[in-house]
Amino acid sequence: MLGAVTGCAAPLSTLDPAGPRASILANLWWIMFVGAMALFALLMVLLYASHRWQTAMQKLSPGQWIVAGGLLLPLPVLVALTVSALLIGEQFLARPADGSEPTRVIAAAERWQWTFSYPDVPGAATTDNLLHIPAGVPVLVEVVGRDVIHSFWIPRLGGKMDAIPGHTNTTLIEADEPGRYYGVCAEYCGVGHETMRFIVEAHPVDEFAAALGGEEQ
Amino acid sequence: MTGSTDTDGGVVAVRLHSQLESIWGTPGGWARLSAVNHNIVGKRFMVLALTFFSIGGILSMLIRAQLATPDSAFIGPELYNQVFTMHGTVMMFLFAIPMFEGFAIYMLPKMLGARDLAFPRLTAYGFWCYLFGGSILIVAMVLGYAPNSGWFMYTPLSSNVYTPGINSDVWLLGITFVEISAVTAAIEITVTILKMRAPGMSLDRMPLFAWYMLGTSGMMLVGFPPLILGSILLEMERAFDLPYFDPTRGGDPLLWQHLFWLFGHPEVYIIFLPAAGVLSTIIPVFAQRPIIGYRAIVVAIIAMAFLSFGLWVHHMFTVGIPHLALAFFSAASALVTIPTAVQIFAWIATLSYGKPRFEVPMLYVAGFFAVFVLGGLTGVMLAMVPFNTQAHDSYFVVAHLHYVLVGGFVFPMLAGLYYWLPHITGRLSVHRLSIPGFWLIFIGFNLTFFMMHLTGLMGMPRRISTYPSSFGWDWLNLLSSIGGFILTMGFALVLADLVLQTRFGKRQVRDPWDAATLEWATATPPPSYNFASLPHIDRRADQLKPKEAGPALATGAGYLGFSRGRQETLAVDMTTGRVEHLMVLPQRTYLPLLTALVTGVFFLSLLFKVYWLTPFAALAAVAMFCLWPAALGEKKDLGPIDIGNGEAVPSSEETHYNLTVMANITAVIVDATLYGSLLFGALYLLVVAPGWSETLSLAPPSPMLVLALVFSAAGTALAWLARKQTERGRNPMLVQGGACLSQLLAACLLSALAFTIPDLFTHARGAISFAILVYMSLHCAVAALISGHCVWRMRGGYVSARRQTDPRLSVIWQGYALACAVLGLLFVQLLAGVGGLQ
Repeated sequence: MLGAVTGCAAPLSTLDPAGPRASILANLWWIMFVGAMALFALLMVLLYASHRWQTAMQKLSPGQWIVAGGLLLPLPVLVALTVSALLIGEQFLARPADGSEPTRVIAAAERWQWTFSYPDVPGAATTDNLLHIPAGVPVLVEVVGRDVIHSFWIPRLGGKMDAIPGHTNTTLIEADEPGRYYGVCAEYCGVGHETMRFIVEAHPVDEFAAALGGEEQ
Repeated sequence: MTGSTDTDGGVVAVRLHSQLESIWGTPGGWARLSAVNHNIVGKRFMVLALTFFSIGGILSMLIRAQLATPDSAFIGPELYNQVFTMHGTVMMFLFAIPMFEGFAIYMLPKMLGARDLAFPRLTAYGFWCYLFGGSILIVAMVLGYAPNSGWFMYTPLSSNVYTPGINSDVWLLGITFVEISAVTAAIEITVTILKMRAPGMSLDRMPLFAWYMLGTSGMMLVGFPPLILGSILLEMERAFDLPYFDPTRGGDPLLWQHLFWLFGHPEVYIIFLPAAGVLSTIIPVFAQRPIIGYRAIVVAIIAMAFLSFGLWVHHMFTVGIPHLALAFFSAASALVTIPTAVQIFAWIATLSYGKPRFEVPMLYVAGFFAVFVLGGLTGVMLAMVPFNTQAHDSYFVVAHLHYVLVGGFVFPMLAGLYYWLPHITGRLSVHRLSIPGFWLIFIGFNLTFFMMHLTGLMGMPRRISTYPSSFGWDWLNLLSSIGGFILTMGFALVLADLVLQTRFGKRQVRDPWDAATLEWATATPPPSYNFASLPHIDRRADQLKPKEAGPALATGAGYLGFSRGRQETLAVDMTTGRVEHLMVLPQRTYLPLLTALVTGVFFLSLLFKVYWLTPFAALAAVAMFCLWPAALGEKKDLGPIDIGNGEAVPSSEETHYNLTVMANITAVIVDATLYGSLLFGALYLLVVAPGWSETLSLAPPSPMLVLALVFSAAGTALAWLARKQTERGRNPMLVQGGACLSQLLAACLLSALAFTIPDLFTHARGAISFAILVYMSLHCAVAALISGHCVWRMRGGYVSARRQTDPRLSVIWQGYALACAVLGLLFVQLLAGVGGLQ
């Protein structure tokens, strides 16, 4: 739909996911969008009906309106939504299904650049504003802040995670296909905030170590 | 009624009016600066808030001009950062909160049937603090030193290291100065609603707006202290290098986020509830029937007030919080939809069962429904943690918050403006401007902000000053900017409409809308004393007949329909609404202005780091406050006083839980919340912050600390004893003086301890122990001051077995100081004892 229309020219669009996690989030959005539009339309119709179709509206007693609209309508929607969102969240925490350890990278944020290092690839040099990842497998990003708070965000690969000095946060990202993706700093960090972008290169798994100039583990 | 009695009534009403006006009125010229009347101060609040709204609006135009095209060089990032920080700050702190405060100040006494608010001078003091604090921010902006760390001031960005210079201090000190007005308003509104209603208006007869404001003010009492504490700590870190938030010295930047959002989320509901109160008042009038679901709405208000304190973490879903905690806050955020939905369906039901009449205010009510419902729906989406990780800090959130705040506050307030402006001006609106004005606002708003949902989903983070053309955001941003300018034209039309109405609107009679609440029983525009006599309420106060009641009250048919040369009004029992006592309110005075000026010197001395001046300014402000009660009180027991209608009640001095005592209890709640936030901060740092594992245990409890505790306990015991003796008819000045002295010694010991902490500047443990000790010491000093003041009042003859207000206050503050000291001692020892805990 909309994603298809706008996606091709939008390298940062969450509506044009390029990995399994971002896809789940985009699907969650579309489901919520359709539901929200239906609820919005319902309320607007009711508001109109309260002025124009009063005999129909008076089929429910005042008390019934409050119970139906205040409890019976929102409660199941909210419960279903909250529970499924939590299950998705659980899934995001989990390690890969086959029990393997995901590749680790460290994303260090400093005003106003990203420095990436690769503890799992011996001999790999650090890269500035350029993140190499293997495609088709989950990658565990350890996000650290070196000065103020920043936020690590590659919209097409997954949600964001804050880089907070004194804390180490982790998040999983994954790209389906090798290729080039884009990331930004999502937390305001001063005058260079908008310049703090980075490029993500996803390599086929067997070429990943070579791309870093390191040796296969 | 026959013609002749009508004329007699008219003569009586005019004579009564001129008598009351001579007592309650404020003369022109310089004397305006001494005004304390809620009619004047409420209007001042609203006009100033609208002025700040215009400033915030101009700033938003700069933002939209900058973002209209990619790679824009209109204003650079340095200026842009100041502009968006000030836009958020001005709209939240200088427009939204003061706007509804001003509205409540103006309207509550009229809806409740009182002649003024509980503490008129405090209202005026709050206004001056708002004006001066707000001016500090605006002047700083004009000079190019505006805050630039975003309106939620996340540290370390806002710290001394990354934002040297005065910018962050302007925010922390200016906003704290303004917050004084929020706290004073909250105390005053709470006490006024609970005690100053027309006789017969029990709690369950209150108009819904009063319930909404009671919920709001209750939330303000516990919502603002965490922010005030956070600002104090951050300013102490910036000014004196005490590490509360510095992760390299045992602090934690996340503590700021917790304190800020512990305020910041309730804040959203603090803004929404008064607006919802406006809707619950207006909708029944235009539906021409009483509201449906009065009780359900009251329950919904209370539920919202409580739930809103369990949501703050949903602003922090991406900071790395354990999944279980995320689940709790996500569920709580979704749950708050329920009380909102209850209200929305109560309104729809009211319209369905009524005979809706379409007038200009209803146009804005319809606008509210469309915009706010969309904002609520995106709010539910954002409450879902996984989706939040994509949408957070993107333009999707910008869209959401504007839909909620403009939909949930600006549209209802505009409806309220068109509904009540005839009350304020006595004139009707000019329709030819108000209807096109609405459509420009509605279309402009949706064009601006609906696009932003999409811009955000396409990956545009908030708070960036430029973007390259290659990201596909160009058209969306351009449309948003065009919408922004249409929106501004709409607001300009509304402004023109308001000015025209005050000048050329048709004069109208009492109650032009056939409303059923008490505020329309006053003359319009209202006289300074509101009601020439106070009504007796015998049914729910949103089903009255103001058109009939008004003229009768004007002739003095109700309570207090005469003048004794003093500003008299009535207080009732909190729940039943039975008349309880007579209050004599203080008359106009320059004290609030002068005290606020001295308070301003205090804040400016901190801002410009003239620290030698700070203690003198603080002492001067305290001394000024000590002058306030001099105008109050009685030197002899008066017994029951005639209030008309054959009834007599005691004066407030001879009443146990009078308004002064209640206000002090309310102030203790505010104060205790601040202390609670501080102790929460200490525990949070102890458990969560990095860099605590290598700290060493300190020495066992210092004997000085125990001695301070003993002095504090002795002071409290003496204050209690003094009150007991007063009750038996004695005048125990020595005992009360002993209470003062004892607590003063405790204060001195505690401050000596505070300044000898070893790791004060090197570790957050020392810094937070320091803050706790200073708080303890200050509160022992406050208790000493109140007891000392009590001695002074006893010497003046203001205290007797029946007039015990001052001894009661002494017991309250002494007891609170002792409680703080005990709790503080435990915490300081706990902090000293940790070492290698983590």
